Amino acid sequence: MMDWLTLMIFSPLIGILILSVQSAERKTVSLTGILATVLPLLLSLVVYAQFHGGGNLGVSHGWINFGGGMFQANYELGIDGFSLLLILLTTIVSTLSASVAAAQIKQGLKAYFLWFLILEIGMLGVFTAENLILFFIFFEITLVPMFFLIGRWGFVEREKAAYSFLIYNGLGSAILLILFAAIFAKTGTTNIEELKAIMASSEAVSEEFRYGSMLALLVAFGVKLPIVPLHTWMVRVHVHAPIAVVMIHAGILLKIGAYGLINFGLGIFGDQFAKVAPFIAILGLINLLYGAFLAFVQNELKSVFAYSSVSHMGIVLLGVAAMNEAGIQGAIFQTLSHGLIAALLFLLVGIIHQRTHTTKLSSLGGLAKRMPLAAGFLLAAAMASLGLPGMSGFVSEFMAFLGLFETMPWIAAIGTLGIIMTAVYILRAVLGVTYGKTIKAFTGMYDLTRIEMIPAAALLALIVLIGIYPAIITHTLQLTLESIMPGIGG
Amino acid sequence: MDMETLLSYEWSMMAPEFTILIIATVLSLVDLFADKKIDRKLFGWFGAAGIGIALFFLFSQIGHEPAMILANTYRLDAFSLSFKILLLIGALLVLLMGVSYEAKGELLYRGEFYYLLMSALLGAMMMASSADLITLFVGLELLSISSYILAGTRKKSTQSNEAAMKYVINGGISSAFTLFGLSYIYGLTGSTNLADISREISNIAPENGLVLLSVAFILTFVGLAFKISTVPFQMWAPDVYQGAPIPVTVFLSVVSKTAGFVIILRVLLSVFPFAQGLEANTSLLQSMMIFISVLAGITMIAGNTVALKQRNIKRLFAYSSIAHAGYLLVPFVAFSEMMFESMWFYLAAYLLMNIGAFAVIQVMSEHSHSEDISIFAGLFYRRPWMAVMMTIFLLSLAGIPGTAGFIGKLNIFIGALFSDPSRYILAAVMMGTTVISYFYYFGVMAQMFMRPSGSAVPIRMPVGVTIAMVFCAAGTITLGLFPGVVLDFFQTQFNFAEMFY
Repeated sequence: MMDWLTLMIFSPLIGILILSVQSAERKTVSLTGILATVLPLLLSLVVYAQFHGGGNLGVSHGWINFGGGMFQANYELGIDGFSLLLILLTTIVSTLSASVAAAQIKQGLKAYFLWFLILEIGMLGVFTAENLILFFIFFEITLVPMFFLIGRWGFVEREKAAYSFLIYNGLGSAILLILFAAIFAKTGTTNIEELKAIMASSEAVSEEFRYGSMLALLVAFGVKLPIVPLHTWMVRVHVHAPIAVVMIHAGILLKIGAYGLINFGLGIFGDQFAKVAPFIAILGLINLLYGAFLAFVQNELKSVFAYSSVSHMGIVLLGVAAMNEAGIQGAIFQTLSHGLIAALLFLLVGIIHQRTHTTKLSSLGGLAKRMPLAAGFLLAAAMASLGLPGMSGFVSEFMAFLGLFETMPWIAAIGTLGIIMTAVYILRAVLGVTYGKTIKAFTGMYDLTRIEMIPAAALLALIVLIGIYPAIITHTLQLTLESIMPGIGG
Repeated sequence: MDMETLLSYEWSMMAPEFTILIIATVLSLVDLFADKKIDRKLFGWFGAAGIGIALFFLFSQIGHEPAMILANTYRLDAFSLSFKILLLIGALLVLLMGVSYEAKGELLYRGEFYYLLMSALLGAMMMASSADLITLFVGLELLSISSYILAGTRKKSTQSNEAAMKYVINGGISSAFTLFGLSYIYGLTGSTNLADISREISNIAPENGLVLLSVAFILTFVGLAFKISTVPFQMWAPDVYQGAPIPVTVFLSVVSKTAGFVIILRVLLSVFPFAQGLEANTSLLQSMMIFISVLAGITMIAGNTVALKQRNIKRLFAYSSIAHAGYLLVPFVAFSEMMFESMWFYLAAYLLMNIGAFAVIQVMSEHSHSEDISIFAGLFYRRPWMAVMMTIFLLSLAGIPGTAGFIGKLNIFIGALFSDPSRYILAAVMMGTTVISYFYYFGVMAQMFMRPSGSAVPIRMPVGVTIAMVFCAAGTITLGLFPGVVLDFFQTQFNFAEMFY
């Protein structure tokens, strides 16, 4: 039997090896860099086919033995519907981001791709690991390359943003590591399936420990998601990191938070999660409204979309807090949909910045005349972001709120305010940029090139596809929901 | 003691020590009589070969039944064997670095460096094997006195002289503390033999000896804290590390520190678990753990926060090494079944990553005649592989997965949380300070990758230091990805229950 998962996770290594011996000539480096991300993309499609063909993809090998056999950590990989979709999101956005990088990164492209491919290994591993220790290892592997990608290739305050990323996420993973070690010490296993079984049946683990663990998870993944008081680093990264990296960051890395909360918080500590659900819903509400209001007052395009991400992640929290099938499905949909939308938005921001050298709202305007295609894509992405029916954003928001109205109607009712606010801040920003007063200063501006069209069109096509035919996702997701729902007594 | 008893001892037990002793003696004699023109670097290779032979003897002893010779003062058991492996490998790597060390005529007496290193190593090995307070103290002093001189071998450098002076004075004070504490133990039990002490000490009635024993514990530990550079005796480390020649700095931060942990484990675990504690049904060791855990916490915080301010790379690593000593006390405080494994593995990881990092530092500071962290600027674009290796060492020191440092930390955490009671606070302090340490470790990496390099002069990489560097990098990665290689060996070959009498 082929070990497709291992092959897929470590396939970027081939690119790393080739790059490290190759000459630093720009053309060859770009080509290798992009092709190196195509390989995992192809493999992830194979995995997708295998998954739906009913193939058994799980892998398990003995790995580390602590304390003379008392503590056994294995190399265990496996996927369910949710993680499979996130893997596809990862490979797709990575390839698109690599092509953007090849066009926009001016210096040290080779080093950039080396870090970038390590990052991809980390991301693929996070979604595939079936073991907490392994999960943590991949989780941390994403940390190091991100630090350098932000700090070396970012905008003005890049190093500050890099350190801020490092310390916040470092603290998050510190909490996670202590938690995982504690779970390991208490239960003797870190296999996620085994843990689910232990938590469901055994009395060996005290109630306090479970609550403590759940809260620790909430904080650790709350940094990543981000949940509001912990979000400052994320805004900084969105504004100062290179655009290709922000695509990855907003599109995938933030989703690790959602994945962790749903998979571990809900999956392992379902009962405790249910009891604090109202609290999580309130956090979600704060995220939604705070992000929306701050997005409204930003005067710079990247900050608008950064706060918009904060706001949209609030919907994930709301959906999860609903604790019913519609809500969780909504949260998962939102995770995927926002990944695509954010990637598209930042792709366009990157292109606009490349042409105009600014992202200030006051210095942008009338792009519809000069760059009709870019403006068109931007408008479309904005519509998806504010949840226009027929786009993926609509499906996810609709389901999340549908679920929430069932369990917490009041919070849901307040939450709808956030949706209105979304429309307001998105339209304010995007309409000003696309229509508005034409700024004369930009001469020699050209529209999307054919090469740039490809990633933009691909992302938009996916967004629309999910919007009009959500079954493409539910088809894969169904199995996951069935495994999560019993855990929360739903 | 007559001839017959002497001959009846199983002298082969001391084969590794004899090897080192012979090498040290031969080197010192040859240095004295040989022509001044003979390159003293040959001594280094000769010494390295000697350590290789000693390692060979040591490995052939693995699995040996616990045994004692010399009137029960010298002991061969799993504990001594396992730690002597670390000491020898550490010294071997230091020697390789020493061969490549060039300091513009500052190192006048090069021969001295090699045989003093050997005698210091011999002292460390004696400490690991001693079963008697006297032997132990002799080993400790042999190590210390050799190190005092080593710290001052850059004879014309004022910094080096200052380092040696500070080291002597601080070392003298701490030795006095230790000796004072040991004298109480002797006074209460009437013996210097650890086996006798551990038998006698449980008979001491709490109302008679408890206070004295507690004082003895604190004094001994505080005195020994000097060797491992933890609070309250950590202040010498930055100055001495900065002033000493780099190979000596490495020796102090790795071999000497390992020996310090060895002696702490040996003395404290042979004596205090058997003494009645402050409360009923506890041992004195358990009662005193709170004291050590506070010191460990302060050490981690002090080491990591002060390191943030350092620009001099050697000082930075001095504080980093203080912090790591704090981490290493955590398993000792937790005192679970995994204690030896955690400490041994972390010491092994620390050996690899710290020596490796210092090897890179040595190359770079010799190249640019400076010790400011800016010497690393743009290294990735000048010597990519060296930058990659340095990154591996720094990531490992920061405890990032994929490296030995991470597995070591994970092992410590599991032990600390598995023990009864779980040491949550200490684990949290350790993790929190680890995150603080990201700042300065990543700061060095930021220099290598994000800053432009100032000069384009090719960097010379001498053979010895390169071997050390590559060995450490390979080891750090291997222990990080396949820790089973070493952990299984450790778990199957060494039975630490042997340590107790």
